[in-house]
Amino acid sequence: MKLITTLLLLLTLSVGTQASESVKLQEANIDLTDKVSLLRGAKHFVTYCLGCHSAKYMRYLRIALDTGVDEKTVLDDIAPVGASIYDQLKSAMNKHDAEKWFGTQPPDLSLIARSRGADWLYSYLKSYYIDPSRPFGANNLIFEDTAMPNPLWQLQGEQHAVQRKTIWGEYAQLVLDEPGKLSEKEFDLMVNDLVNFLVYVGEPVQQERQSMGKYVLAFLGLFLVIAYLLKKEYWKDIHKAIK
Amino acid sequence: MKIDRLALCGNWILARFPLAKVWNEHMTHYYAPRNFNFWYFFGSLALLVLVNQFVTGILLTMNYKPDAKLAFDSVEYIMRDVHWGWLIRYMHSTGASAFFIVIYLHMFRGIMYGSFKQPRELIWIFGMLLFVCLMAEAFMGYLLPWGQMSYWGAQVIISLFSAIPVIGDDLSLWVRGDYVVSDATLNRFFAFHVISVPLVLVMLVFLHIVALHEVGSNNPDGIEIKKYKDEKGIPLDGIPFHPYYTVKDIVGVAVFLIFFATVIFYMPEMGGYFLEHANFIPADPMKTPEHIAPVWYFTPFYAILRAIPDKFAGVIGMGGAIVVLFLLPWLDRNPVKSIRYRSGVYKKALLLLVISFIGLGYLGTQPATPELTMFARILTAVYFGFFLLMPIYTRWEKTKPVPQRVTEQHSFEEQLHTLEEQLPALLDEITELKQGTTSEIGDPAFRSSFFSRRPNAEGIINVMTRVAKKLKESLD
Repeated sequence: MKLITTLLLLLTLSVGTQASESVKLQEANIDLTDKVSLLRGAKHFVTYCLGCHSAKYMRYLRIALDTGVDEKTVLDDIAPVGASIYDQLKSAMNKHDAEKWFGTQPPDLSLIARSRGADWLYSYLKSYYIDPSRPFGANNLIFEDTAMPNPLWQLQGEQHAVQRKTIWGEYAQLVLDEPGKLSEKEFDLMVNDLVNFLVYVGEPVQQERQSMGKYVLAFLGLFLVIAYLLKKEYWKDIHKAIK
Repeated sequence: MKIDRLALCGNWILARFPLAKVWNEHMTHYYAPRNFNFWYFFGSLALLVLVNQFVTGILLTMNYKPDAKLAFDSVEYIMRDVHWGWLIRYMHSTGASAFFIVIYLHMFRGIMYGSFKQPRELIWIFGMLLFVCLMAEAFMGYLLPWGQMSYWGAQVIISLFSAIPVIGDDLSLWVRGDYVVSDATLNRFFAFHVISVPLVLVMLVFLHIVALHEVGSNNPDGIEIKKYKDEKGIPLDGIPFHPYYTVKDIVGVAVFLIFFATVIFYMPEMGGYFLEHANFIPADPMKTPEHIAPVWYFTPFYAILRAIPDKFAGVIGMGGAIVVLFLLPWLDRNPVKSIRYRSGVYKKALLLLVISFIGLGYLGTQPATPELTMFARILTAVYFGFFLLMPIYTRWEKTKPVPQRVTEQHSFEEQLHTLEEQLPALLDEITELKQGTTSEIGDPAFRSSFFSRRPNAEGIINVMTRVAKKLKESLD
């Protein structure tokens, strides 16, 4: 018994040391019921991301349907000029050019929130800093040597990284040198809207799924009560027979 | 007139097909011990999940495309554009994990109550064959979404064949149909996943149940109810499976479905355990993920594979971990079946098995650091120790007297009732009543009637030692 407890204790310790090594992510505030935030995020996506990245499993029509906005508004306010409501969110950049310019094809972002997670995306988009050694002059704290230049630098401003030393070890911190067009709060909100939209795009049905879940569980709860009473009724004979 | 025709029709069939006979033999005149407990739900639940996998799987094939270029897109098409496609897909993906949860609990029940022992060895063997088939089915099904984890998981596991001396390389090439996992692999895995293995599964389920109904079910007391029969030849401790266990199993089904639906509707990825995060990236043969981990239900065996330094020995170890399960009926030398009447040695050994299995399962999900590998080695030794040392430690076990007839256990309602009765006394013990001090009460009018309950350290320690003692006793 003692051996088991020591082993378990050691195991938890080793897990603890592992967890502390990774970079701490900032928390995104995801709220898919906030349709206005989703629409703002969609607009930001088309403005800042669609140039290079597609979200090919998504159509403009679906955005209109899920947010309750009419098709014309989506086409006028969100979609690029000339897009049809049935179009997928596809980037105009071709694969050949992309590879020449960035060394790799920018990934499709339809499922990025499901593979990376909302907090990672939120932290990643906020963690660019100036690094002249990189081809585009920018590096990222969360994803080192990322091939993507900082698309939001005009909004956020320019940051540089500073090494801080504490008793827990060294870590890098970002300091804003030159403020951009947006204040820090506005920028956070903007990135949050964008991430919120990406989470929605990852699984457009998730809200419907959750609201449906309530009814399914309520039904199953009722079913359980009836099934239990039925069982009790039948098993009365058995209990009687034993006594 | 109409009813007569129906009855005639029914009789026509019954005269030519033994429908009533089969129904009677396996349902209304199949006598199951009356003392089945919670652990006996998982057999019928496994059948339910199997049916779920069949129905949802068939629906999925209607829109899925087994083509390396189209597979990933077609899954997303199902998730987004096919009506109710998301629900069908989540039922299938959650069903896969649920299948293993149910099967692992079902197997544990068998080990705990000695259901694999004479005369039920063959049921156990069929069950183990089912388990192996299920693993093959799940492994091949996992390649189909064609995500990064599907691809690299398959790559790693198939390359294990190449560790076999002499024929290894050719064998893995033959399994893959290509030098790397590719469209050819996807196509053959699709064929196996939707046709061959399911057919074998159904056949084995049939054999498993036929063999069970021949010898009769075991029970938590591990005694043979057929020893004591009444004048009609019905076991005294047996009750007809239908309606008593069918209505009882429906309750189990309801509880299971509540958990199942909660996962489907609220946490279909289950924190990356049921649907791994990296599998939302399309398969890319040029990019190896940083950390390749199989789905949770394979991780105990994967951890054993990684724990052994030599690749071929690792493959043998992984296979051996499953082979020892087949040998269980001949490794356990103790004639007493149920854990209720076995010695403390066996109970502790079984506890160690559970700890090692769960521990290995956890370690299999983690990257292999030197410390974790060391833990995996210890736990691998414990896992194999349980089985391979069995012929020794089960011989000098001091077992308790086994009853002749099935014993009465407190039913769920009774347990709830006693708990309800004991609760106030327990609350009294772990808290103490204190009169409020003046500083806490503003108005002097309340002072005389103000009491507060606070946790009582001594009481809590007493209760905890009592619980610990009870736990220790249950292991003796």
